[in-house]
Amino acid sequence: MVTGTRAAVGIASRGSIGRDRRRALFWSYFFLAVFVIFFLTPPVYMLITSLKTSAEISAATSPWWVFSPTLANYVELLTSSTYLTFFRNSALVALLVVAITMLISIPAAFALSRMRFWGSATLATGVFLTYLIPDTLLFIPLFKIFAFVREATGIELLDRWWLLVIVYPTLTIPFCTWIMIGYFSSIPKELDEAALIDGAGYFQLLTRIFLPVALPGVIAATIFAFTVSWAQFLYPMAFTTSADQLVLPVGIVTTLIKGDVFNWGQIMTGALLGALPPLVIYAFLMDYYIAGLTAGATKG
Amino acid sequence: MARVTLRKVVKRYDETLAVRGIDLDILDKEFVVLVGPSGCGKSTTLRMIAGLEDITDGEIIIDGETVNDVPPKDRDIAMVFQNYALYPHMTVYENMSFGLRLRRAPKEEIRTRVQDAAAILGIGELLERKPKQLSGGQRQRVAMGRAIVRDPKVFLFDEPLSNLDAKLRVQMRTEIKRVHQKVRTTTIYVTHDQIEAMTLADRVVVMNGGVIEQVGTPDELYHAPATRFVAEFIGSPAMNLVPCHLVETSSGLGLHLDDNLVLPVPADRIRRYQPYAGKSLLFGLRPEYMVERRVHTGPHQFDFEVLLEVIEPMGMDTFVHFLVNGMDVCARVNASAGARAGQRFTLCADLDHLHLIEHDSGKVL
Amino acid sequence: MRSTTEARAQASPPVRRRAARLPAFASRKSTIALGMTLPLILIIGVLVLYPAGYAFYLALLSKSMDRFVGLANFDFLFRRETFWMVVKQSVIFAVSAVLFKALIGFLVAHCVHNVPARGQRKWRGMLLVPWVIPPAMSTLAWLWLFDPSYSAFNWLIQHAGGEGVPWLGDPYWARFAVILVNVWVGAPFFMIMYLAALKSVPEQLYEAAAIDGANWWQKLWYVTLPMMRNIIAITALFSLIVTFANFDIVRVLTNGGPVDQTHVFATWAFKLGIEGNDIPLGACVSLFMVPILAIAAIFILRDINRRGTEA
Repeated sequence: MVTGTRAAVGIASRGSIGRDRRRALFWSYFFLAVFVIFFLTPPVYMLITSLKTSAEISAATSPWWVFSPTLANYVELLTSSTYLTFFRNSALVALLVVAITMLISIPAAFALSRMRFWGSATLATGVFLTYLIPDTLLFIPLFKIFAFVREATGIELLDRWWLLVIVYPTLTIPFCTWIMIGYFSSIPKELDEAALIDGAGYFQLLTRIFLPVALPGVIAATIFAFTVSWAQFLYPMAFTTSADQLVLPVGIVTTLIKGDVFNWGQIMTGALLGALPPLVIYAFLMDYYIAGLTAGATKG
Repeated sequence: MARVTLRKVVKRYDETLAVRGIDLDILDKEFVVLVGPSGCGKSTTLRMIAGLEDITDGEIIIDGETVNDVPPKDRDIAMVFQNYALYPHMTVYENMSFGLRLRRAPKEEIRTRVQDAAAILGIGELLERKPKQLSGGQRQRVAMGRAIVRDPKVFLFDEPLSNLDAKLRVQMRTEIKRVHQKVRTTTIYVTHDQIEAMTLADRVVVMNGGVIEQVGTPDELYHAPATRFVAEFIGSPAMNLVPCHLVETSSGLGLHLDDNLVLPVPADRIRRYQPYAGKSLLFGLRPEYMVERRVHTGPHQFDFEVLLEVIEPMGMDTFVHFLVNGMDVCARVNASAGARAGQRFTLCADLDHLHLIEHDSGKVL
Repeated sequence: MRSTTEARAQASPPVRRRAARLPAFASRKSTIALGMTLPLILIIGVLVLYPAGYAFYLALLSKSMDRFVGLANFDFLFRRETFWMVVKQSVIFAVSAVLFKALIGFLVAHCVHNVPARGQRKWRGMLLVPWVIPPAMSTLAWLWLFDPSYSAFNWLIQHAGGEGVPWLGDPYWARFAVILVNVWVGAPFFMIMYLAALKSVPEQLYEAAAIDGANWWQKLWYVTLPMMRNIIAITALFSLIVTFANFDIVRVLTNGGPVDQTHVFATWAFKLGIEGNDIPLGACVSLFMVPILAIAAIFILRDINRRGTEA
């Protein structure tokens, strides 16, 4: 972990500096290898287990190797209506939450970054602070509120998958608004003025100038909203119980683990498939993913 | 094409007055340049004409219509910004046609107008490129093209050349003038560069501290500045200003600069300056009216000897600096006159071009 | 043409006219702005701020929620040994996890920054994977790796001649396990933040330091760390909040066991409030996360304000 030698190597190539640089490189690669192994062991082990039969899992052979690989676990899960229901619920919730998040946070970010009005600065800061209020503080009062709504109006909210569509935006909107404010604020003011003179109104300014110019930010915010919705565990755990209303994380944890009978081949397959959508998005849109991740601290 | 009139226009930001009530009448097809140091209110004035800032008080009239409450898009103006403000996600063609598309002009018409404008600016080849792929000069042309395509009543330029390097700036300056001669749209141009102002303008408006110092043709500003500010601001190198006393001499009036140097006031100006006799004033003379000694060609030329301090050869001419009454004074002599630093040198001043400025009011007498 | 310029000429009429004109223009703009921010304000107000305030009210009710009992719930908690155990475990869990995440993140970020640029993307891509997988899913993999009878770690240890570890069966090992998994999930986030910060340190500073005769740790101490101070602080603060409020990992890995030894505030609140049907007591427990949040919020606010004034 020697940053200094990076600079030094450009200045001279005397023997000692070259040796320092080589040593630094060696240790860098050493630690990288150690941590890549540490970081990738669980997902790799998921994959290994998912390819095994129950018999092989409980056999005394090496757990780190697949001796007779099979896709049986995958076939079984992907034809199981329960698992497909989890997947459908998760996908529906995530997509709807992304849509709601974007519809609410983009106009709000536009107004907060460009249309200075009374209290707009306070509101922007307040939005960011609400991002810091964790779900673990809110799930109990929310649970009580939803129960109360049932008593008062007869509308059943608990144990409905679409309730999550209402609740998840509280997790996504503050941060998405915050990063969109950052992206919108970085657009030079002259661009608005040029568009105003060209004849654009606020709506056209937003849709024809701001959104296309801040597209990387929109993508980063979308990814963030999707991954947060997909991974959320506490709210569905607290608010949904029936098998047909569950989303993936809770579904796998609660239904695939039946009592003391752990079908690890299926659990690992289910978890791996459940981790796939975020992983695929990450693989293809890594730069946007990272931009969204770092935006909170660098822009705030 | 239109007249633009400003009547007692004021702009106030909270406590500060950025523009303190200016009157200006810009004629149809005229090219007017607002020039002044930063913070003088020139950009604010332009932005008020564009409708990007509201007007605190007064009236702005474009083509006979008071536009105070008219939003920018309905003022029929086009503006070129300092950083060009090209839409980064649109091609050059889309950039130039954006205004027309928002106004739902027919596709055919948009195409011919964009192509005509592109032809005027020589950017026909660039229409499919994105702004990122263009050089500074090309972006500048596109920004102008976007304005031309709209065929507005008025062009507004806000320091459009400041982001270009020196060479390109000169080139684009000529280009802007050429375009104006072709399209003849009323143009208001803001710059802090007095050379740009002089070369481009039909009339120059010199602003300072939120007020107009003087309005006039480049020639008028150069040869007949109305105030000390204009005298110092216009011209490069700047006009020499030296404190002096206007004294009565045997032959009329004299300018006492220091104990060694008393310049005679030309006979035709004695009447004009007589009331100020005995007062302390500022004497102004541009460097080019102090040259090496030569055969006098006019009646009011006057030779005097100085000790040269610094020599700046410019090629065609040489600037020589010397001290008069403790003030640095610059003269412009022929390169072959043999001026050397540390030497005594005889200069010839053409006093027909002198200016006398009152200390307190800053007015040129 | 000379234009006369009388600055003092605008005395009373402009003020009056401005007052008459501005509201019409300004109100239209703020109406639009309000319309655009209203959904945001509503959703935050109804689903975040109101429940947060409601939690305080709930904490003051009796179990059946028909009686106002004041601070009796808190009194009850303070008398329970489990509560103090949860407090201790939450603090140990959050502090040690954040510390190790920060250290590992820092080390790994430096290593990535140190290798040739063309390889950095690949390394970074692999190192962020733990952060990308939903924690509930990846914790399942850890649960399987720690399985009492089939633990793949124990298999390795036994083949190396050691003795199997009761990963989740023994309180101390179980605490170690939840911290380990939390570090595994969170360290990549620190890595990515630090890497972004490292990239923003101008190379000339290192060159200047090298010319001034600084060795590598002096460069680290006098150049890198001061330049990264802000990012380190804010990342650690974020992580502290998230770790303190963690639910997924403990819930899936140990569910608080063995015998409540690994519960943190969130999982215990869930157990009492949702599973145990004692909503007021659960609300009470979750409220103990508020102080750390408040402290973090103050620091972050200060940071935002400072940046605001610098900008």
